[in-house]
Amino acid sequence: MNINLTMIGQAIAFFIFVVFCMKYVWPPIMAALQERQKKIADGLAASDRAARDLELAQEKSAQELREAKQQAAGLIEQANKRAAAIVEASKDDARKEGEKLIEQAKAEIEQERNQARDALRAEIAAIAVAGAEKILETSVDASKHNEMLEKLAAEL
Amino acid sequence: MAGSASEYIQHHLQNLTYGKLPAGYERADGTVVEQAGWTLAQSATEASDMGFMALHIDSLGWSVALGVLFLFFFRMAAKRATSGQPGGLQNFVEVMVEFVDQSVKETFHGKNKVIAPLALTIFCWVFLMNLMDLVPVDFLPQIFHLMGLEYMKVVPTTDVNITLGMSLSVFFLIIYYSLKVKGVGGFLGELTLHPFSSDNLILKILLVPVNLLLEGVSLIAKPISLALRLFGNLYAGELIFILIALLPLWAQWTLSVPWAIFHILVITLQAFIFMMLTIVYLSMAHEDSH
Repeated sequence: MNINLTMIGQAIAFFIFVVFCMKYVWPPIMAALQERQKKIADGLAASDRAARDLELAQEKSAQELREAKQQAAGLIEQANKRAAAIVEASKDDARKEGEKLIEQAKAEIEQERNQARDALRAEIAAIAVAGAEKILETSVDASKHNEMLEKLAAEL
Repeated sequence: MAGSASEYIQHHLQNLTYGKLPAGYERADGTVVEQAGWTLAQSATEASDMGFMALHIDSLGWSVALGVLFLFFFRMAAKRATSGQPGGLQNFVEVMVEFVDQSVKETFHGKNKVIAPLALTIFCWVFLMNLMDLVPVDFLPQIFHLMGLEYMKVVPTTDVNITLGMSLSVFFLIIYYSLKVKGVGGFLGELTLHPFSSDNLILKILLVPVNLLLEGVSLIAKPISLALRLFGNLYAGELIFILIALLPLWAQWTLSVPWAIFHILVITLQAFIFMMLTIVYLSMAHEDSH
């Protein structure tokens, strides 16, 4: 167990190794470690952000869906109203048309009746004249008795 | 190999020493050194007679080789370090770096760019040097013997010079940072005005030598204990491996295997303790609590 120069040699080697380690080994490894740490932290933050974004998007889509549903319901209601109105209007129209037709038909009937009546009246007048002629055995001068005949026709 | 057990042990505990022999020294083979010069020691006596002017080539060589090995792998990983998916080597290196960084952060709260790399170097290097203890005791010495080198001690940390070299470096760092952080006055004050202090000026001055003695001893004890703890553990471990190697071949594994398994714990623990104590001492040097 001799104490000798070996001690100083070892101290010099120690010094050189420590300096080398400090300059060329420690910094790159620590840098890599810190960079990875940062990467992981960034990745975690990004995933957090993505999760939050997803939540927001889901909320937004739900909101939009709700709005669309409301809108659709509004449209349907409007359409229903409109349909009811159209049905009502067409009913009205139909009724009016019917009434008009009835009116027309009535007027026509009236006219026919009047025509028939007039024709009948004329015929009756003729028949009456003929009858009277038969009874009187003479002819009745139509022009002379026109007044009387017309009176008669009006009575019928 | 040497004949008797004690020679075998002695032989295994002798470093390959390259040192300066004085002129007129009579060597082991009987020749006399005519001119003072550097040469390889041929015996333990010669090695000790070389005194301070000698180098343990084996300890230094292995420790430097292991340090280079450590830095080679870590540098390779550092060069390829990516913040993406790490490969196997980078994974391992990152685990080590994070472990050391964590240990430093738990103990040392100041700002110092040296301490963490210093701790990493200490831990990995000391661990690798200790790891040489698990190589069978005769394996490498035998190979070097065939290459013509008489002595070869492969575990650098069983050489007190190696552990002292490191712990004294740490000691100088302690002094350096104490002076840097607290200033000369602050550091001297810490050495002389604590733990005993008084409001009375005369009593305070009287207490200075007592404090200086206590604090001085505790300061000096730091590097000594640091070095001797590591050296003692590894030296004892190595010695036991050598003793086990003396047993008959068929019985060796019954002891060497359990001891080796236990030693895995010891070498890791000793490397960790050396690193932790370095961090603690340096963090104490940075604290201006007094």
